Amino acid sequence: MALRHLGRMAMKKCWAPRLLASSQRAFHPSLARFDQEVSVTFELSDGRKQTTQAKIGQNLLDIVVDNEIDIDGFGACEGTLACSTCHLIFKQADFDRIQDEVTDEELDMLDLAYDLTDTSRLGCQVCMTKELDGISVKVPESINDQR
Amino acid sequence: MFRPCLRPSFSWASFRRYTSTEGPAPRVCVVGSGPAGFYTAQHLLNHGPPQLRVDLLERLPVPFGLVRFGVAPDHPEVKNVDHTFTKIAKNPRVQFYGNLHVGVDVKVRELRQLYDIVILSYGAAQDRKLGVPGEELSNVISARSFVGFYNGLPEDAALAMNLDVEDAAVIGIGNVALDVARVLLTPIDTLRQTDITDAALAQLSQSRIKRVFVIGRRGPLQVSFTIKELREMVNLEGCSAVFNPDDFRPFQSVAPLLKRPRKRLTELMLKTALTPPTEKQLKLWGPAPPKSWELRLLRSPLAILGSDSSVSGVQLGVNRLDGPNLTEDQAVVSTGEVETLECGLVLKSIGYKSVKVEEGIPFDEQRGVIPNVNGKVPDEPGLYCSGWLATGPKGVIVDTMNESYRVGAQILEDLKLDHISVQANRTEELRTLLDQRQVKVVNFVDWEKIDETEKLWGASKGKPREKITEVQSLISVVKKP
Ligand SMILES: Cc1cc2nc3c(=O)[nH]c(=O)nc-3n(C[C@H](O)[C@H](O)[C@H](O)COP(=O)(O)OP(=O)(O)OC[C@H]3O[C@@H](n4cnc5c(N)ncnc54)[C@H](O)[C@@H]3O)c2cc1C
Ligand SMILES: NC(=O)c1ccc[n+]([C@@H]2O[C@H](COP(=O)([O-])OP(=O)(O)OC[C@H]3O[C@@H](n4cnc5c(N)ncnc54)[C@H](OP(=O)(O)O)[C@@H]3O)[C@@H](O)[C@H]2O)c1
Ligand code: FES
Repeated sequence: MALRHLGRMAMKKCWAPRLLASSQRAFHPSLARFDQEVSVTFELSDGRKQTTQAKIGQNLLDIVVDNEIDIDGFGACEGTLACSTCHLIFKQADFDRIQDEVTDEELDMLDLAYDLTDTSRLGCQVCMTKELDGISVKVPESINDQR
Repeated sequence: MFRPCLRPSFSWASFRRYTSTEGPAPRVCVVGSGPAGFYTAQHLLNHGPPQLRVDLLERLPVPFGLVRFGVAPDHPEVKNVDHTFTKIAKNPRVQFYGNLHVGVDVKVRELRQLYDIVILSYGAAQDRKLGVPGEELSNVISARSFVGFYNGLPEDAALAMNLDVEDAAVIGIGNVALDVARVLLTPIDTLRQTDITDAALAQLSQSRIKRVFVIGRRGPLQVSFTIKELREMVNLEGCSAVFNPDDFRPFQSVAPLLKRPRKRLTELMLKTALTPPTEKQLKLWGPAPPKSWELRLLRSPLAILGSDSSVSGVQLGVNRLDGPNLTEDQAVVSTGEVETLECGLVLKSIGYKSVKVEEGIPFDEQRGVIPNVNGKVPDEPGLYCSGWLATGPKGVIVDTMNESYRVGAQILEDLKLDHISVQANRTEELRTLLDQRQVKVVNFVDWEKIDETEKLWGASKGKPREKITEVQSLISVVKKP
C-alpha cells in the first residue's frame, strides 16, 4: 500500500504529511498544520452517510482508501487522472473554497464522469484544507438509469 | 431454452427472511475476465447473499481482457485498475479458470446446467469490415490486429505489416484510431520504456512513417474520440498537428452553444486549427517537426488502391454536412467529388464486433450483441450478459463499470423476486468436467507466477513488463508439458 501511495503522490500536486521529506515541508505554507485533523462526510449513493477524520493535506481519494469508505469502483486508476471514478459532487460554497485549482487534464477526465455537475471535482485532485473542515460531499449515483 | 430443474429449487426471497448466512449458495459463472466480468462479479460479491460464489472463466491463460490487450502501452495509469480486479479475484469466493475457451472447451449450455446464474461477458473480439474494394490488400491492417500486436495478444503476435513507408492513413475517428496513430508517431525511445512487446518495438524502430492522416466520414461535431486523447495528440514530441483551418472555421459560432463534453472537445479542435501553436507545443514539436498528423474530416473511403503486395493510396469521397444548422446529429451527404490520398499503409479503425461463441445462444447478428434488457436475456431465466457483449463495443472502462454494476443489481433483484431458481446441494462441478476433458486450466495463482515472470523479464530490459505472447509459452511457465 505504502508504495502505491508514493507512486500516486508523485504524479500530482497533493502532498501527504507522512510521506514528505522534512526538507520539502518547509516550502509549503500549510504544512505547519499537518497534525490538525479535519472531518469529511461522504454521502453515499444509497443514502447512507459516512463521516471520517482526515489530515490536512490528504486528498479525498486517499481518505476514502485509508478509511475503507465503501464505494464500489472508486479510484480505479489510483489517482493518476486516468479514470474519473473518483468523481465527487461538492456544495457550491465548499466547491468555492477548494484550494487546488482545476487543471485542463482534470476537466478532461471529468468530461467522462457520470452525473457531472457544475460543482463536480475528481477526489484525487482535491486536498483537505482547514477551510474544508466539516464538508459533506456527494458520491454520484453510478447505477443510474441513463437509457 | 428451458432448463430442467432436477433438484428442489430454493427461493432466495423466502430464505432471506430467515437468515443471511445459511441456505444454498447461488453458483455464478462469469464468462470473460475483462472489466465487465470483474465488475459484474464485484457487485454480486459485495451486495449479494454472503455465500454466493463466482467462477470466472477466461479463454486466454491471462486475465483482464482489453486492460491488458487493448489499453495502449503508453497509458500505464489506466492499467492500475488491474489492482482492483486482482483484489476481486483473490476473494475466497472467486475461482479463476484461465485458458478455458467457452464454446470450445465447454459449452454455454453445459454451464447453464452447472450454475444457477451464467453471465456472458466475453467482449468483442472481431472487427467491422469496411466493405470497399482493396480491403484485402496486404498492408491494409485492422487497428484491432495492430493493437493486439503491440500489446502481445497471442493471435496477433506475428502480424506482418510494412512500415517502410512515409504516409499512413487511419480510417475512423474514435479513440482506437488515435491510439494507433499515437503509437505510430511516438518516438521509439519513449515506447521502449513501456510494456509494448519487443516484436512491436523491432518493427516500429524500422518505421519510416512521417505523416499519419486520421480520416473521418462525418464532421467536427461528430468525432468519436475524447478530449484527453486529442490533447495528447496535439502535444506529441516531434510531431505537429495539422488541421485545415477552413474545415473548422464555420464551427466557431456554434462551439459556445454546445454542452460539455462536446463543447470542450470542439474548442480544443478549433484552437488547434485556428490559433498558432502554444509555446508548450512549439517546444514539444521542435523547430522542424520530423513527423505530423492531420485530421481529415468529411471523407468516406471508397476504395483502397494498390497491388497485391502494396498499398498506394485511398480513394476518398468528399462529403458535406446536410442542412444549414451545424449540430451533432446532422447528416452528411456526398458531394460527388472524389480525391486520392497517397499512402503506403492503411489502418482500419471503424469499431470492434462481438461474435456468437456457440450455436443456440441468443444473438442479435445485426447489432452484434446478445439481446438483453439491463443485461437480462429474455426468456432465459438465469442467463445474463454484460460489458461490450451487451452494450456493443462502445464506452470507456468507467462506462463498462457502471453498466456492469447495473447488470449486477438486476441479477440481485431477480434473485430476490425468485426469478432465478437456486439449486441446493450441487454435486457436479465444472472442474470434474474439465479434468475429464484434460483442459489445462490456469488459475489465479498460476497467473501471478506468469505476472512475476513477465515483470522480471521486463526489468532486465528497463521495461515494466515483457509480455509472453504465445499461449503455449504462457502455460509452460506454470504447467509441465
Ligand atoms: C484498443 C482499445 C483501447 C482502450 N483503451 C481504453 C483506455 O485507455 N481507457 C478506458 O477507460 N477504456 C479503454 N478502452 C475501452 C475498454 O477496454 C472497454 O470499455 C472494456 O475493456 C470492455 O470490457 P469487456 O469486459 O466488455 O470486454 P473485454 O475487455 O474485451 O473482455 C472480454 C474478455 O472475455 C474473454 N473471452 C473472449 N471470448 C471468450 C470465450 N469464448 N470464452 C472465455 N472468455 C472469452 C476475452 O479474452 C477477454 O478477456 C479501450 C478499448 C480498446 C479496444
Ligand atoms: N484512451 C481511451 O480512453 C480509449 C482508447 C481506445 C478505445 N476507447 C473506447 O473504446 C470504444 C471503442 O473505440 P473505437 O475507436 O473502436 O470505436 P468508436 O469510438 O465507435 O469509433 C469508430 C469510428 O469508426 C467510424 N466508422 C464506422 N464505420 C465506418 C465506415 N464504414 N467508414 C468510415 N468510418 C467508419 C465511426 O464513424 P461514425 O461516427 O460516422 O460512425 C467512428 O469514427 C470507444 O468508446 C472508445 O472511447 C477508449
Ligand atoms: S482516481 Fe482515477 S481520476 Fe482520480
